[in-house]
Amino acid sequence: MHINTFDHYQTRNSLIHRLDPRVKVVVTVLLILSNVILPDGAWLAFALTWGMLLFCSLFARISPRFLITRSFVALPFAFAAVTAIFTIPGQAVFEFNISSWHLTASDAGLIRFFSILIRGWISVQMAILLTASTPFPDLVHALRHLRIPDIIVATISFMYRYLFVLSDETVRLLRAREARSASLTGKRKRGGSIRWRARVAGSMAGQLFLRSYERSERIYNAMLARGYRGTLMTLNPHEMQPKDWALGVIALVMLVIIQIVGRNYSG
Amino acid sequence: MPIVHDTHLQDKLASCIEHPNGCLLAVENLSFSYPDGHAALHNVSLHIEAGEKVALVGPNGAGKSTLMLHLNGIFLGDGQIQIAGMQMDKASLPLIRAKVGMVFQNPDDQLFSPTVFEDVAFGPLHMGLPEAEVHARVERALEQVGMQIYAQRLSHHLSMGEKKRIAIATVLAMNPEILVLDEPSAGLDPRARRSLIELLRQMPMTMLASTHDMRLVQELLPRTVIMDQGHIVADGPTDELLTDQALLEAHGLEQP
Repeated sequence: MHINTFDHYQTRNSLIHRLDPRVKVVVTVLLILSNVILPDGAWLAFALTWGMLLFCSLFARISPRFLITRSFVALPFAFAAVTAIFTIPGQAVFEFNISSWHLTASDAGLIRFFSILIRGWISVQMAILLTASTPFPDLVHALRHLRIPDIIVATISFMYRYLFVLSDETVRLLRAREARSASLTGKRKRGGSIRWRARVAGSMAGQLFLRSYERSERIYNAMLARGYRGTLMTLNPHEMQPKDWALGVIALVMLVIIQIVGRNYSG
Repeated sequence: MPIVHDTHLQDKLASCIEHPNGCLLAVENLSFSYPDGHAALHNVSLHIEAGEKVALVGPNGAGKSTLMLHLNGIFLGDGQIQIAGMQMDKASLPLIRAKVGMVFQNPDDQLFSPTVFEDVAFGPLHMGLPEAEVHARVERALEQVGMQIYAQRLSHHLSMGEKKRIAIATVLAMNPEILVLDEPSAGLDPRARRSLIELLRQMPMTMLASTHDMRLVQELLPRTVIMDQGHIVADGPTDELLTDQALLEAHGLEQP
């Protein structure tokens, strides 16, 4: 049994898929940075960025709907910005009371809030497009070739490999709990009090931690047994082609245009 | 197919016990206690000659896995271990690890890289081999276990039997002299188990396999070593030991 929900990769044969993963990683990170530094209310620049993203997703033959539905995962985090509506001074737009609090929404606050929402939303879609068009092992290679510290790359690589093993283990633990959560005939309520349930959940989390810890020791032994001496080594299967450079440069030019537009036409 | 006893091999083993330098693997008076004080091995001595296929059997907690983890220096106990003429110490460790191919019980612990290719390449790469040689070895190792087309697959998408074969390939790529297998048939369905036994039978390599699968012992491994409570309690031809009901029962084993 496998849980594949973590794997975003969509197998297609497209220019975007064949692009060197290093270019994809660098361009994605730079575009996300560009999103972040666009001024509030730069609607035209946001639209331009989103249009570019849609263009890329069509090119990669990954439907924009896929990106949009997956991007809702990040929505709760974006709502953390909701306080901006009421804390930034400006012209009052509407006001209301929650018990003893009097809240006033300002125009500047609303603009800030929606800008943050859009920035976050577009950035998440970019990351989703990256993971949907690049197999995870290639992403890890790209990070390694971009000289991200070994320890971080190794952590990401192990996390990806063992996320599946861990989630399988969690499902087994949950199933074992289900199998023993019986009830007597005539009694409607299953299981014990919330306190009791919390205790069961707590010891399950503990179990999972201990099992993972023991597994990590076994993995380390397996690595030692095959000659690991402190640094991970990999082969370099990627070569930058002229088209990789070209597309990288085009993306950078677009980025500069977006920034110029964003700085000159913000609301 | 019954196992064949090679009398020539037995002569060689006798001479290797007298002159341990000539053995492929010689363990002399090995004792080991875990950091919590639990003594796992008491004065264990074991000699294996090149070409032998040896079973290591005994109840859980007998010290089988502990002994195996000594064979490539993951544990360092008191006593002497010699492998292919090299004395086990800190300096010879990297060389010894290339000679002893450890296949762990749970392939999920052994296959830690995202793709099959990377896992099989891990050993050769960390031995410092050049890129072309690494590629050649990965290809050959996968071919030896019949998994050539799996190179670019992701390890977590494989079945247990496939993972087991890849786990064996990861150590074959290092060109070991002896294959050390911990519970090779555990968790396999009958078909996967059968094909694994066939695979191991066709390999000419020296093997030491710890197992509870007595039928596997009977079919594959001509020599058996029985361990119990950290001691080696019997060592001899498999046919003889497996017919000694009293001995097997005394150590929590059963006839196949």
